[in-house]
Amino acid sequence: MTYIADNIDVAVIGGGHAGCEAALATARMGLKTVLFAISLDSIAMMPCNPSIGGTSKGHLVREIDALGGEMGKNIDKTFIQSRMLNTGKGPAVHSLRAQADKRRYSQEMKKTLETTENLSIKQMEIVKIHVDENKKVKAVETANGAIYNCKAAIIATGTYLRARCFIGDVVEYTGPNGLKPANKLTDSLKELGIKMLRFKTGTPSRVDKRSIDFSKLEEQPGDEKIVPFSFENDSKSIYREQISCWLTYTNDKTHKIIKDNLHRSPLYGGKIEGIGPRYCPSIEDKVVRFEDKERHQVFLEPEGENTMEMYVQGMSSSLPEDVQISMLRTLPGFEKCEVMRTGYAIEYDCIDSTQLRHTLEFKEIDGLFSAGQFNGSSGYEEAAAQGIVAGINAGLKILNKDPMIIDRSEGYIGVLIDDLVTKGTNEPYRMMTSRAEYRLLLRQDNADIRLTQKGYEVGLISKERYEKFLEKKRLIEEEIERMKKTIVGVKPNVQEFLKANNSTPLRSGISLLELIKRPELDYYKIREIDPNPRDLPDAVKEQVNIQIKYDGYIKRQMQQVEQFKKLERKLLKEDIDYLSIKGLRIEAAQKLNKIKPRSIGQASRISGVSPADISVLLVYLEQLNRKKELDY
Amino acid sequence: MIEDTIAAISTPMGTGGIGIVRISGKDAISIVNNIFQSKTKKDLLKVKSHTIHYGHIIDKDKKSIIDEVLVMVMRAPNTYTKEDVIEINCHGGIISVRKVLEQVLKMGARMAEPGEFTKRAFLNGRIDLSQAEAVIDVITAKTDVSLNTAINQLNGNLSLKINEIRNTLLEIMAHIEASIDYPEYDIEELNYDTLKNNIENIKNKINLLIETTSSGKIIKEGVKTVIVGKPNVGKSSLLNALLREQRAIVTDIPGTTRDVLEEYINISGIPFKIIDTAGIRETEDVVEQIGVKRSKEWLEVADLIILILDISTPLTKEDIYIMDLIQNKKTIVILNKTDLESVIDKEEIYDRFSKDKIIEMSAKNIEDVERLENILKDMFIKGKITMNDSTIITNIRHKEALIKADSSLKNVLESINMGMPEDCLSIDLMNAYKYLGEITGESVEEDLINKIFSQFCLGK
Repeated sequence: MTYIADNIDVAVIGGGHAGCEAALATARMGLKTVLFAISLDSIAMMPCNPSIGGTSKGHLVREIDALGGEMGKNIDKTFIQSRMLNTGKGPAVHSLRAQADKRRYSQEMKKTLETTENLSIKQMEIVKIHVDENKKVKAVETANGAIYNCKAAIIATGTYLRARCFIGDVVEYTGPNGLKPANKLTDSLKELGIKMLRFKTGTPSRVDKRSIDFSKLEEQPGDEKIVPFSFENDSKSIYREQISCWLTYTNDKTHKIIKDNLHRSPLYGGKIEGIGPRYCPSIEDKVVRFEDKERHQVFLEPEGENTMEMYVQGMSSSLPEDVQISMLRTLPGFEKCEVMRTGYAIEYDCIDSTQLRHTLEFKEIDGLFSAGQFNGSSGYEEAAAQGIVAGINAGLKILNKDPMIIDRSEGYIGVLIDDLVTKGTNEPYRMMTSRAEYRLLLRQDNADIRLTQKGYEVGLISKERYEKFLEKKRLIEEEIERMKKTIVGVKPNVQEFLKANNSTPLRSGISLLELIKRPELDYYKIREIDPNPRDLPDAVKEQVNIQIKYDGYIKRQMQQVEQFKKLERKLLKEDIDYLSIKGLRIEAAQKLNKIKPRSIGQASRISGVSPADISVLLVYLEQLNRKKELDY
Repeated sequence: MIEDTIAAISTPMGTGGIGIVRISGKDAISIVNNIFQSKTKKDLLKVKSHTIHYGHIIDKDKKSIIDEVLVMVMRAPNTYTKEDVIEINCHGGIISVRKVLEQVLKMGARMAEPGEFTKRAFLNGRIDLSQAEAVIDVITAKTDVSLNTAINQLNGNLSLKINEIRNTLLEIMAHIEASIDYPEYDIEELNYDTLKNNIENIKNKINLLIETTSSGKIIKEGVKTVIVGKPNVGKSSLLNALLREQRAIVTDIPGTTRDVLEEYINISGIPFKIIDTAGIRETEDVVEQIGVKRSKEWLEVADLIILILDISTPLTKEDIYIMDLIQNKKTIVILNKTDLESVIDKEEIYDRFSKDKIIEMSAKNIEDVERLENILKDMFIKGKITMNDSTIITNIRHKEALIKADSSLKNVLESINMGMPEDCLSIDLMNAYKYLGEITGESVEEDLINKIFSQFCLGK
């Protein structure tokens, strides 16, 4: 028996990192939203690594924050260690990462959801999506028969769909962390004609802190100066004592145990059918594939402030429990280690993401959106990024507004989504800086400059924050202009300053801007010879320095972006039948019919579509436009 | 895309003395103005539209004159593409047309894609809607031809070399990217000195290839020139003389050149594909029979035939047989071995071929060989012999890609010298990698990420 429980605007299915951002976005846009989760104790749970951010993922978090999302604020509230990675490299790849207190992260997020207007969260399993005769979403149905009529639904089921966990030859039909899986929704999705895939991922063991001899490990403390994720926070307001991570290495003994027991791994034994990711190989994978490597790094990371559990990064495994224990005990400092949770591999249903538009709405099902691992991605940050985009677009659709699309030149979020919907993926997709072709422009430090405008337009950024942002932009521009116009002459103090910094002395007057460009100098250093140094916020100074120092590279990337944008702006309708266009090669036409690209630019990124095909499309478009003109 | 400036040779190659290089786009006039010089020091940026100007195209680096030209300046919108268009009429034949195009590309124009002028004409509203399908046909037809030449005719050795270079680049990039994406893993630090050496090495290799393209060896095409004659008249000696190296086996035993030998030579920038055939004669030797059969086939497809006769022996039945075979083809007749006493019936030969086609020489005499080379060159420039023009275009296209790759690597070296962080290097490394891929017809796609994970052990 079913019953009508409520009429709502948006149903969000899943309470992980994608679901939370999606639900918060629609609720904050003023839409009545319900978030359904299998367990309300696992809201924003971090079933794998206890950290947020890292290379390229840190960029995503800052972009989410610039759009008005929650992840950055939530980690700022609950971090126990913070580091800026890659500081020895260029600013484009500086990446913020924070260790989280997992439990508090989850609790704080739950609290935020619970105190957000228009949003309620319910512990219920969704088993069915109802659509009308036009394949438009009309309701979702829970396992207990409650029907929630809705205008849009966002699927964010993570790794729960028909999940199976493997520890050696032990197979259990559970979701992550022993939670209940969602076994029924897949059938409903298949009925709707959605093409499903099966992926695999895994997590290492957690060990008892008291059983580790830390004197044999290298300590990895946090940074002295803490950089917040959220642009709304500052370093001081979030300051707290930090907890260290630790480093150790595998050795011959570890490798021997693994090799001797390979036949007991479900992966090598062929029991797992899902496709695992290249970038998080299990320790057995690493030992087999990189046989000549003498040792592998193992990072030991605290799972929180009030727990003894520690995460053993680098030892992800699906070997039997006894093997996992003995291999862990070969690590220096781990001789007496006690395992608290055993590492496992997990297999789950997800979709072929090329069925989606850039808005993350299914092309074939009106009002059905999806985000996160369900879309074939991996990682909390990737999930949250899709969550906020799906939420915003579901909201905009209900409000009858134009969709919000972030393109590849505007953010890592754009790269992530464009890759998913254009190329699809045959393994869990992880964000990497090398995927972002315009990465010198897509820095973590300027995420606010890139995306606050969009966040403001959709209503997730407050007027107050927006005005602060405009002020910051103004200060940056002003200061750069001032650097350009401030000329220092050949004066003793200038020459001395240059000499002290191993910089060529002046022969004639020069602008501060030119001096900043010199490799051995920067904006901070030239302050010494600046006749009128200005007192500006750190974030402004940072922008001025980066924008001047990397000007040449930035300009070159901007030119590339201009070229890129031209093709992105040439939009293609979804109802085009590419097979009917004369001159396209069959292979290209078939691919185009499948992906239904939104622009010529996207079409050019589909594998199997050649430059000549693109020329044909351009001519075709022009032909259409002129026909239209004739019609008027 | 539509706003960059494109250039191409717009006349069929090698058919006459005049060749036209056409340039279209917003920088067309300023690009040509940079390399155009006239006595009156005309500034093309200031001249009236639709006017013609006499002067020279110069090579700015070498400060030398490339060709005497007439430049036609046509400003938008009353042009074929509705953009600024310049046409350079070159007088020096194919070699200078090519050099002029190369200068234009060097100044920042891009080699036009197949059918691109027509495409622009259409997109800019110049061509009527009813012709849209024809435009698509032009694009696809021309693309088919050029793809075939670009990839299939690529010399196997060259694509090996390019792949080798690309692979080295990919390794460097994977190293940089792995250390960026996995900063905490114990990946060996990239040493800038080693890196600099590696990049310089790669640059040298690319520069060697650029030189190779200039000598026309890059693709397996050229003026198909078949050397024919009965055994032991000196075919191989002549080939060797043209190549200036010992390649074909030369002995005094008739029939030593059993199979067809192919060589590419460059005479003043014109690529010749020289095919040295087995002697044509009635034979019972099976191996030689095959060679003879192939020789005859070659005669059918040749752009030019060089018949060699030995003046120290009388004309034989075989000589007459060969002369009959080639009677109506483009032919040069060489009366070889002038260092020996002449016993041949010259009258018979002068009766069959016009005088300007007959050269009396000795393949052993360098001056004679040079005289032959000049004759070959003249024939080509005067359009008496031609070749398939798509191959030359491919050659220029390859060269353009190589030069772009080279200049991207130059940027990398500059960045290294300025002490820029490694992530700044990767933009230019990636560009170099892409340009080289254009030659071999390969795309980037997942190459890099695959390489990162196959080369480095990373992950949780």
